[in-house]
Amino acid sequence: MKQANKITGAEIVIKALIEQGVDTVFGYPGGAILPIYDELFQQKKIKHILVRHEQAATHAAEGYARSTGKIGVVFVTSGPGATNSVTGLTDALMDSVPIVVISGQVPTFMIGNDAFQEADTVGITRPCTKHNWLVKDTEKLAATIHKAFEVAGGGRPGPVLVDVPKDVQFASGHYTKKKDVDTTFIKKEPAIDLNMLDEVIDRLELAERPIVYSGGGVINSGQSAVHSLRNLVAGTNFPITSTLLGLGSYPASGKNWLGMLGMHGTYEANMSMHGCDFMLCVGARFDDRITGRIDAFSPDSYKVHIDIDPSSVNKNITVDAPLIGDVSNVLNSLNKRWKERGSKVNQKKLSAWWQSINDWKKVKSLSYESSSNVIKPQYAIERLEELTKPYNRFVSTEVGQHQMWAAQFMGFEEPNRWMTSGGLGTMGYGFPASIGIQIAHPKSLVINVAGEASWLMNMQELGTAVQYRLPVKQFILNNERLGMVRQWQELLHGERYSHSWSDALPDFVKLAEAYGIKGIRCESPDKLDDSIREMIEYPGPVIFDCLVEKHENCFPMIPSGKAHNEMILGEQTEENSISDDGAVLV
Amino acid sequence: MSLNLKKGVSKQSAYNLRDPNLDYEAAHTLSIIVDNESGVLARVIGLFSGRGYNIDSLTVAEVDPNGHKSRITIVTTGTPKVVNQIKAQLNRMVPVHEVIDLTLKGKAVQRELAIFKVVGNGNHRVESLRLADVFRAKVVDSTLKSFTFELTGTSEKIDAFAELMVPLGLKEIARTGIVALLRGDNSN
Repeated sequence: MKQANKITGAEIVIKALIEQGVDTVFGYPGGAILPIYDELFQQKKIKHILVRHEQAATHAAEGYARSTGKIGVVFVTSGPGATNSVTGLTDALMDSVPIVVISGQVPTFMIGNDAFQEADTVGITRPCTKHNWLVKDTEKLAATIHKAFEVAGGGRPGPVLVDVPKDVQFASGHYTKKKDVDTTFIKKEPAIDLNMLDEVIDRLELAERPIVYSGGGVINSGQSAVHSLRNLVAGTNFPITSTLLGLGSYPASGKNWLGMLGMHGTYEANMSMHGCDFMLCVGARFDDRITGRIDAFSPDSYKVHIDIDPSSVNKNITVDAPLIGDVSNVLNSLNKRWKERGSKVNQKKLSAWWQSINDWKKVKSLSYESSSNVIKPQYAIERLEELTKPYNRFVSTEVGQHQMWAAQFMGFEEPNRWMTSGGLGTMGYGFPASIGIQIAHPKSLVINVAGEASWLMNMQELGTAVQYRLPVKQFILNNERLGMVRQWQELLHGERYSHSWSDALPDFVKLAEAYGIKGIRCESPDKLDDSIREMIEYPGPVIFDCLVEKHENCFPMIPSGKAHNEMILGEQTEENSISDDGAVLV
Repeated sequence: MSLNLKKGVSKQSAYNLRDPNLDYEAAHTLSIIVDNESGVLARVIGLFSGRGYNIDSLTVAEVDPNGHKSRITIVTTGTPKVVNQIKAQLNRMVPVHEVIDLTLKGKAVQRELAIFKVVGNGNHRVESLRLADVFRAKVVDSTLKSFTFELTGTSEKIDAFAELMVPLGLKEIARTGIVALLRGDNSN
């Protein structure tokens, strides 16, 4: 019997989500989460998207979160439901994406007894979440969910998980409002170090060869950070490059843009990083894909690191000036102080620096050999870019060569338009992410640039796309290979192509037809434009099977263990061969 | 196009590319105030094992029952860079309230408690008792053939006592690991 003011745990979950402003949940029901699904059924405020695999629910939530700046929410059941969410949680942790996973658990009195569909969910997900909770008392359920949202979205964002045993969902308890939750657990952001800020501006004013290197933290910090970054670049006329996750924070059409940096970054971006004397790292973390060989990374520069997470500072690269705080706050203070001091830069030296950069640009590191017989994957992406750019467009990718080509050949003018798995490199990310993006932006053109191998990893989501009439465009660069694996085997393993091709690919057009959606196959360059237009104009989901050159390699490339100024631009020579030290690196 | 690589994998790791001067390792005693909640120790330990940090000693117990706070004392060894990483990573955890590096903060009192079971006859037995007296170890249990000693002190003192007891019939030791607090009237 219900007591006054008490509601069931399942009702508390739904009520707390509504109070948090959640409008969409991605999930998959099962025994241990049935009471919550029962409540979900009896309300209209939260829309539930039934995925076909829990991993896809987490990636869809990531796509939703990244394209909106909101927090993605996932429901999974106990045991396999929870374990299937582990890849998505880890992906979100690596790329700082805020998602809240609510998992069902066997009833408290059965925990530890190897019950049906029992798994130690908090134990398994401890290292792949910012924090997780097992809620054993219905009275604490509402507060825990509010805390979960606070932790997921606060500071450096990331995934959290709340494990709710079935008896806790059935039992009654009081609801706690968000405003009544004890917030002493929230980590306080330290005040900006003003002395350090002035020292940084001293260096900025004198810099002869400056560069701004921005990352996903700018996008996570929000529009104000993006605005401040653009103001800083416009005001100083410094060149800017960005990580894979930072694309869009500075517009690709902007005059100071050097393209992406890192392993498959442009020549001008990497040479500028190597040769600079002042590096302003904004919301990025000196990942190994970015730095190349650590002891040869940007040897002569004064390095400034703006990051909200103190553990990112001096982790891989020792920096001269850490500025800890939210990117938006730090950049605002930096801009303000720099203006107060007269908005000075070392104009004369800066012009000379731009001259060198413009010479590097002439190398045209993204050029490739074109072909009139076979579709070059780079060409396919270039045409896709050209034909889709006028649209209100969102792009996700899978992981591999196609991902790098998309990053190289597509230009993003705004943040939150480009969703890709960077840190974890999760094949199978893109398709479910495109579903999450399309749910958040029903009227927009959502394209998943894929390789056929990655795409097959979560192809079951065709069901989700069809069920919710999501017109997601699956643009598959089909080389019948694991392209990036093949490339590494060619460069590093004596051209022994161990298990890097698939002998049993489906007919993608027939696969589309089996789901009642459109399939398009294109194998000749002269038909590519028309086929892409057909894809864009078709009002439903499309699988675009783009048969491309099978042995194309992705260049430029900084081989493992090499420095930024040791890039391979295409043709191989002896001196850019990979050393034994490099060969052990991933 | 081939890169003329030797077959097989090098034994060299990526870390060998680092500046050797950064590799000066030292022991640090960290005092960590955490919420006493289920799984908190696993979180802290998981951080150390997951990121490849060392644990030389570990103690944990609740120290503030009203506030549900525990103090974890960890002795770890690493380069200054690694120790800074450890502290930053610990500080990131939700149930962690404070991380104090006692090694950097100044002088700290560090103590360990150990229990020794020494079995022997005749002179050995007498000698073990005499040494226990020198070390101010207490006899907490005794039979006609054995003594069980309790000893509190620095880890070095306990090591020294253990070494002396070996030829006198040391059978078993239990040690608590280090607990430590800063000296002086400041809390932390």
